[in-house]
Amino acid sequence: MQKFSALALLRHAFGGHEGWRPQWRSPEPKGTYDVVIVGGGGHGLATAYYLAKEFGISNVAVLEKGWIGGGNTGRNTTIIRSNYLFDESVALYDHAVKLWEALSQALNYNVMFSQRGVIMLAHNVHDQQSLKRHIHANRLNGVDNEWLTASDAKAFCPPLNIENSMRYPVIGAALQRRGGVARHDAVAWGYARAADALGVDIVENCAVTAIRRGVNGALEGIETTRGTIETRKVGVVTAGNTSTVMAMADLRMPLESYPLQALVSEPVKPIFPCVVMSNTIHAYISQSDKGELVIGAGTDAYVSYTQRGGLHVPMHTLEAICELFPIFRRLRMLRNWGGIVDVTPDRSPIIGKTPVPGLYVNCGWGTGGFKATPGSGHLFAWTLAKDEPHPINAPFRLDRFRDGYLIDEAAAAAVAH
Amino acid sequence: MLLIDCPFCGKRPELEFRYAGEAHIARPADPSGLGDEAWGRFLYGRGNPRGMHAERWRHLNGCGRFFNALRDTTDDRFAATYKIGEERPMVAEPQGARKA
Ligand SMILES: Cc1cc2nc3c(=O)[nH]c(=O)nc-3n(C[C@H](O)[C@H](O)[C@H](O)COP(=O)(O)OP(=O)(O)OC[C@H]3O[C@@H](n4cnc5c(N)ncnc54)[C@H](O)[C@@H]3O)c2cc1C
Ligand SMILES: [Zn+2]
Repeated sequence: MQKFSALALLRHAFGGHEGWRPQWRSPEPKGTYDVVIVGGGGHGLATAYYLAKEFGISNVAVLEKGWIGGGNTGRNTTIIRSNYLFDESVALYDHAVKLWEALSQALNYNVMFSQRGVIMLAHNVHDQQSLKRHIHANRLNGVDNEWLTASDAKAFCPPLNIENSMRYPVIGAALQRRGGVARHDAVAWGYARAADALGVDIVENCAVTAIRRGVNGALEGIETTRGTIETRKVGVVTAGNTSTVMAMADLRMPLESYPLQALVSEPVKPIFPCVVMSNTIHAYISQSDKGELVIGAGTDAYVSYTQRGGLHVPMHTLEAICELFPIFRRLRMLRNWGGIVDVTPDRSPIIGKTPVPGLYVNCGWGTGGFKATPGSGHLFAWTLAKDEPHPINAPFRLDRFRDGYLIDEAAAAAVAH
Repeated sequence: MLLIDCPFCGKRPELEFRYAGEAHIARPADPSGLGDEAWGRFLYGRGNPRGMHAERWRHLNGCGRFFNALRDTTDDRFAATYKIGEERPMVAEPQGARKA
């Protein structure tokens, strides 16, 4: 692997920057692998990296039907935080935040993780009670989250409007200082490059089309658009397409796929110091290092695979943004897009085994899985390598929907991201 | 925004409607006789197909009534809307449906 450093930059500058090589190989798929990961998003690539790095399993392929990071990984608004309500969720998301903190060093790749703080606004008494309940629950779990008055929130984020004349005035906010953002593409590329260096084959333009099982029902291999592959272990990490892939093994999943939209403004000078979320009036905003305001809208109402959605959904969000930040009223929007998010009934992910021996699944991250990328990959790699879940992902098993052990973040009002 | 053909009122914009999930999931006839596996499937299992999807809508800000629809989830086009209790109409599966 060509190491990135200030010295390397200098050295290549003398060669006119012509000497840089591609960051990962582009191999033909082999006929057999120890483990095949389906889906080359951040979660799939991270899984492959940790399989090779932590568990010594490097005869691994990541199969991606398009290009790596072209799914939700490259479409999301990159909000990272761990201040969820339930103990199981806090353990899961904070495991990821701890890995984020050391990730650029570990991968020798700048993922631009920036702990600029995430504030979640309260607009009514219910919001205030719910956010304070989260704050107390988080503190019991040793995770930072603090209450801000409206004027504290304004001091932390000066563009915020806290006038009482607003339709839904800001009455306070919860702040997680360790929360923030990261560069989505860099996360996919950094993991791909590091996994490739450890021997993992990253195969793009390769869609899985069938799952083969033996007479005893156990997994024997898969069919792809680039040939048959024999393997005893497959990890499916295909986000919005999980129901379709799992249907190849005759499994009906507790998942629905919805379009989720986002948009960015024209770039402006640095003005926005943190991340602001409002679940109640539905708006999420931060500023990228390129200067664009990155704005997250809601999901469309119906299941779909179109990767677009109705214009009224982002319009609704922009109305809220203009009310919260009147200073942005005359900004123009540059791009709007959608991703397909896989939503579970309790809005918590599924990471673990399936009824088919040899088939594992990591899905259901819905509208908020980017923040979990390193932790999800690490825990899924553990599960694949040891054939049993890590204690952190054990509660997130598929059969909780049979047994009734839901982890109901949906009801806990942490609705998104 | 979708234009939805309510079987009672005709074509109206999506904002008048509320989506109500997958259609034709029948409530178990004998709930107390059902095991955990079957309950789990009934409550939470969804087809979520890439292709033609039978789904319920409610014309909330109109006649207020529920009805069913067939819509292709690969391009969001409706193939049919029909009243509750009516059979799912036969329509051709769209090209490329169910492919991952
Ligand atoms: C608009 C938007 C905003 C979001 N904002 C946030 C946010 O602020 N914070 C946050 O934490 N999360 C956010 N999310 C959610 C987050 O993006 C996802 O949970 C996360 O990126 C999922 O990562 P993944 O690797 O599982 O999926 P993906 O990146 O979607 O990767 C799955 C891959 O599987 C591939 N695939 C599918 N089918 C097949 C097949 N048959 N064969 C081979 N490959 C296949 C796809 O091409 C895709 O590349 C947002 C999502 C969207 C859409
Ligand atoms: Zn009507």
